[in-house]
Amino acid sequence: MSEPVHEIEVQIRNIEGLHMRPAMQFVDTASRFDCEIQVTNEETSVDAKSIMQMTMLAATCGTKLRIKAKGRDAGEAVEALRTLVEVKMFGETPAV
Amino acid sequence: MDIRKGIAVSPGIAIARSMVIDSRDYRIPRRSILPSQRIKEVQRVHEAFGKAISQLAALEQAQVGRENQIKDIFAVHVRFLHDESFQKRITDYVENELVTAEYAVSTVLREIASQFASVDDEYISERAADIYDIERRLLTHLLGDVRQEVEHLKEEVVIVAHELTPTQTAGFNKTFVKGFATEAGGRTSHTAIIARSLGLPAVVALEDVTSCITSESLVIIDGNRGVVIVDPDEQTLQEYRDYARELTRFEVELSGIRDKPAVTRDGVEIELLGNIEFPNEAVMAREKGGVGIGLYRTEFLYLYSGTEPAEEDHYEAYAEVARHFEGRPVVIRTMDLGADKLPFTARQPGEANPVLGLRSIRYCLQNLIMFKTQLRAVLRASVLGDVRVMFPMIGNLQELRQAKMILRDVMEDLDEYAVPYNPDIKVGIMIETPSAALTASLLASDCDFFSIGTNDLIQYTLAVDRGNEHVATLYSAADPAIFYLLRSVIHDANKARIGLSVCGEVASDPEYIMLLLGMGVRTLSLAPPMIPEVKQIVRSVTIKECNHLARKVGTMDSQRQIKNFLRDATTRIIPEAF
Repeated sequence: MSEPVHEIEVQIRNIEGLHMRPAMQFVDTASRFDCEIQVTNEETSVDAKSIMQMTMLAATCGTKLRIKAKGRDAGEAVEALRTLVEVKMFGETPAV
Repeated sequence: MDIRKGIAVSPGIAIARSMVIDSRDYRIPRRSILPSQRIKEVQRVHEAFGKAISQLAALEQAQVGRENQIKDIFAVHVRFLHDESFQKRITDYVENELVTAEYAVSTVLREIASQFASVDDEYISERAADIYDIERRLLTHLLGDVRQEVEHLKEEVVIVAHELTPTQTAGFNKTFVKGFATEAGGRTSHTAIIARSLGLPAVVALEDVTSCITSESLVIIDGNRGVVIVDPDEQTLQEYRDYARELTRFEVELSGIRDKPAVTRDGVEIELLGNIEFPNEAVMAREKGGVGIGLYRTEFLYLYSGTEPAEEDHYEAYAEVARHFEGRPVVIRTMDLGADKLPFTARQPGEANPVLGLRSIRYCLQNLIMFKTQLRAVLRASVLGDVRVMFPMIGNLQELRQAKMILRDVMEDLDEYAVPYNPDIKVGIMIETPSAALTASLLASDCDFFSIGTNDLIQYTLAVDRGNEHVATLYSAADPAIFYLLRSVIHDANKARIGLSVCGEVASDPEYIMLLLGMGVRTLSLAPPMIPEVKQIVRSVTIKECNHLARKVGTMDSQRQIKNFLRDATTRIIPEAF
């Protein structure tokens, strides 16, 4: 039985990008799930549960990220991350 | 086997496993571990992470209820420490590169920090500062382990470090510390002072020695020759064990002559005095057979308190030594530091050439309040014994007269308050600049004694910094230029019938004793542990043969020729010294 895989694309919309606090929220959210989650920008692919790797992704406002989750709760995980990035926008100010 | 040359600051031989002490204030050098130590080092990384996390959790807790930046920063740090890929990068580095936990933490975190710093986004490049902060926190825990270990030593070790601070050495379990080797430092560095006061061998100014040592290395510290040998081969080790045994035997033999007078075989009395740094060293100087103190360096008063010493601080330190030696001479040298070394003054703009800059008596003459405080204390102590005052680094008669005028001012102040002092206190100067040596006949008319400080005199005369490895070999007391200069100073002092002593390192170097006696020196001031050996030489020679030797040296034309000649002559007298 192969594990479910879910993949979506999101865009960073808050002005300050994926800086300290948003990166922290992102990692915390990803860490709530058991599935493996990878985040990819145009060049690199990193582990969504690692603050070091997420910081190095250097995602700024407008950056598009592909989120790919693999595992039992993959569907919930990508949805939670999408909500955080695009709907809640980390609770910060969106770019106009 | 790795042989490093440094400056010998405290004599003796130590052979033991090394204990390396890093400081987070300095770059952590690369240090290898054995494959068998991998597990332990990885464990140390995990433990440091664990400790750092609980420390940060506590810090974060203290900020609860406050919505602030600080709390966010701690929260980010905790997440980094919980990040498995972050921790794994460090443990992988330990395992693959076979290096210590300290080095891996420092290297990997700096690598990450520079990656962050290079990102073209302010929010992210600023994270580099967080990484440095995490590095410091982890290192504090890792280095703390080592500190714990030094405090609870169970086997003999030699301490190897970049430089040791007073706080570090205060915690050592000294029963098991057998010697010191440091990268930084000179004769007056903290390490040197501690080693001498404990009577342990020490070598300083060993360039990046900590990087060629692992914590399991066997190390030989040769405090007589200024050499450190890391992981010696069997033959070298055996040679040093024999040498150490020989020295011990020699020391026991020498202790027998402690109470015998320092008189040559033809009946000429030589005065042997001690050079000291701290008041409590007076005890050792006397135990080793010193009949007084020929050089009491007072720099420690300025270096260790962090604030400018008060008159009472000076007085206590001087009174202790004066009382210990009752009526015997105690020569107190006034402050001999560069402006750059004084911890409590406002940071001076850097001098391009501090050795030729504002230092020593020059600084004192420009900072009269500080200078007078010290002189007042010396004068007050002068009623307790044969206390004498000596001005360092005098360059010309003008400076000497100025210093003496200030001394008279202070005397008048004391008169006003009816504070007792010895109005006939002997005033002397260090002869350590070529200008003073060349004008010794002029200076002699205005003071009671000279003390020749050969270390600086050689440096200034030969224009060689012996701390500079590229030219250090040019530095030698056996240079004909030094011979001519010493000969003329000694002649001028004797002609003016003022006191004369030699207090530089040559006075404690067995090879130069016969030469100095032959040139007319009758008072030597030296590091207390060397007094017995020098006394042995004095008791083994006649002034007649010393005179002959000095005349012969006067005809020689190179450092090498003089050096070899002196060595041969001394070996004949006292073979154990080599």
